Amino acid sequence: MYAYDELDRTLLNERVSEFRDQVKRRLSGELTEDEFKILRLQNGVYLQLHAYMFRVAIPYGTLSSKQLRQLAHVARRYDRGYGHFTTRQNIQYNWIKLSELPDALADLAEVGIHAMQTSGNNTRNVTSDQWAGVAPGEVDDPRIWSELLRQYTTLHPEFSFLPRKFKIAITASAHDRAAIKIHDIGLRLYKNDEGELGFEVLVGGGLGRTPFIAKTIKQFVHRRDILSYVEAIMRVYNQYGRRDNIYKARIKILVHELGIDKFAREVDEEWQHIRDSALAVEDAAIEEIRSRFTYPKYEKLPHMPDELKQAAHDPLFERWRRNSVFTHKAQGYSIVTISLKPIGAPPGDATAEQMDALADIADRYSFGEIRVGHEQNLALPHVAKRDLPALWKALDRIGLATPNVNLVSDIIACPGLDYCSLANARSIPIAQELTRRFANHDTANLIGRLHINISGCINACGHHHVGHIGILGVEKNGEEFYQITIGGRADEQAQMGTLIGPAVPYGEVADVVEDIVEAYLALRDSQEELFVDTVKRLGVEPFKERVYATR
Amino acid sequence: MPLVKNGHIATDVFFHAADGTELPGDGAVLVSAARFLEDPEALLKRGKVGVIWPNNRDLDDLVPYLERLALVALVFPSFRDGRAYTQARLLRERHGFEGELRATGQVLRDQFVFMLRAGFDAFDVRKQADADAFGEAARRYTVFYQPTGDGHLSALHRRNQLRHSESAKP
Repeated sequence: MYAYDELDRTLLNERVSEFRDQVKRRLSGELTEDEFKILRLQNGVYLQLHAYMFRVAIPYGTLSSKQLRQLAHVARRYDRGYGHFTTRQNIQYNWIKLSELPDALADLAEVGIHAMQTSGNNTRNVTSDQWAGVAPGEVDDPRIWSELLRQYTTLHPEFSFLPRKFKIAITASAHDRAAIKIHDIGLRLYKNDEGELGFEVLVGGGLGRTPFIAKTIKQFVHRRDILSYVEAIMRVYNQYGRRDNIYKARIKILVHELGIDKFAREVDEEWQHIRDSALAVEDAAIEEIRSRFTYPKYEKLPHMPDELKQAAHDPLFERWRRNSVFTHKAQGYSIVTISLKPIGAPPGDATAEQMDALADIADRYSFGEIRVGHEQNLALPHVAKRDLPALWKALDRIGLATPNVNLVSDIIACPGLDYCSLANARSIPIAQELTRRFANHDTANLIGRLHINISGCINACGHHHVGHIGILGVEKNGEEFYQITIGGRADEQAQMGTLIGPAVPYGEVADVVEDIVEAYLALRDSQEELFVDTVKRLGVEPFKERVYATR
Repeated sequence: MPLVKNGHIATDVFFHAADGTELPGDGAVLVSAARFLEDPEALLKRGKVGVIWPNNRDLDDLVPYLERLALVALVFPSFRDGRAYTQARLLRERHGFEGELRATGQVLRDQFVFMLRAGFDAFDVRKQADADAFGEAARRYTVFYQPTGDGHLSALHRRNQLRHSESAKP
């Protein structure tokens, strides 16, 4: 957990006061809607179909119980009693009133939470691995570096009016849970052959209507140089990124048009001018940031406590444990993922009551800490294994013990046409229907790991390109149709899915997904072969045949 | 359009000579990049010269004249277009330009802090109310996360200083 110091607090309060003044000027008519639009976007406020939507940042996905209670308070006081966790470690409120926004921001600022740059053409919330600091085998806690980048990118005087939005993600594990290859800049923290800590820097990843997997621009950037190198990338982008066409304005297009080698040369030339500037990161500055993170004092606990042995006789507990509990770096502790995908409900939503109750649970079982992952689930990062049975019961009481993490009903979906003014088609009802189709846990378990991603339009907020099964809503003659892709993935082996054939109407999507899953069950070479591996082995043809043979 | 210079509303001493129009007999003139580059030496000889530099043109063609230019005006065709922030920092921090650096175009109150930090010291402000509020807007922030050429220490460096002053205590 990063604790703000006086400087962080001061800046945040200054920002809240500035936004209060901006809202006042808008309400008085001093600012036109066109002028105000960019100012509200810089503070995470969108105008949606029915109301203003307010997006709050959860930097690198780390929350204290106190912060989670404040998110619940905002949901209750200023919204309709719930919030929606997104794929980029943000929470969204869908029914906020403009006149009350400054107060909501001030309440959030009390606990060190903000909405700066959660939308607009600037650097967005810096995201990271939701298991940062607790995953076994990490080279360092990536949140330290995420916080360095958070500070560096916040209210940057040169890069607050970029050609388009700009997203940075950081991982420090061999297994990438932060989806760095679909970010504008992806940073992989590792030690080089000399044992020096630094970054592999990737650039130009992104989804949307022109999806690209990020390319490595530099194999190793020393930690001391990371800010100057990022500044060099952003400076080249700010000058040469296209501004004539919103759909060609992301850095991925610039990288694609110049080619990675030429782009890398431009960046390197710029970098040589600034690498020894005040941007050089001294180790002391990193240690200062590190010292503001608190880490639990773990007890020496047994690997297999009696409580766990006893609970293993309960099949309901066991099926939850098998899907939700993951290995922790400290013996006797676990990381617990909390599914926000109950059967029949919108993915990623949590009520104020659930958030409050979860904050209490985190105090009791997870050193007061909660994490938010890009899969739209939450996690408790430090649960003693002996507490798992009690935790499971406590979660079950508040509807947060759905045993479907990583299974077919653990669906990532954007808000879609139910909320979003950009959408062409609904996403949430598709997700809800799919969770009902696969509600039988034994079936879901038999299917195994399978990620379904749904986007209601080409902007791809549901990351459909990188879903094992991707579902993209399009509009055809005024009706909702859906394109289906298979074989995508967002991890260290990231790749785009392949289209299996013509789009299908709204009413047939769940049937098609069932057909694909049945085909997989018939085609896999063993129960261990995951869906995505079967697709890789056989290609899309056999799935296509199955789906379109009868249609 | 009010001009704010060094924090105060000021009179513009530069005569803006549009392309194809005659230059005044004497006094400071502000001309387009194209007009300036047609015959820079002749212009520089006649006295104080300012150049309006477009935000999509490389600075290389301007750099040789910087020492003799009194003013460079950078352009914000829309407040959404942030290219001139980069140009401003490069002029100040890399090329050592010490003359007046003026923001022109759609210049509004909510950009003042960013512009000051990038090195601008003069502003063609679109609205009178924004010009009047310049001082207030410019003082809004006291903490900055990034080092730029404006002299403010970044938060990282301030913490570093605090650490040293604390460790120096007996």
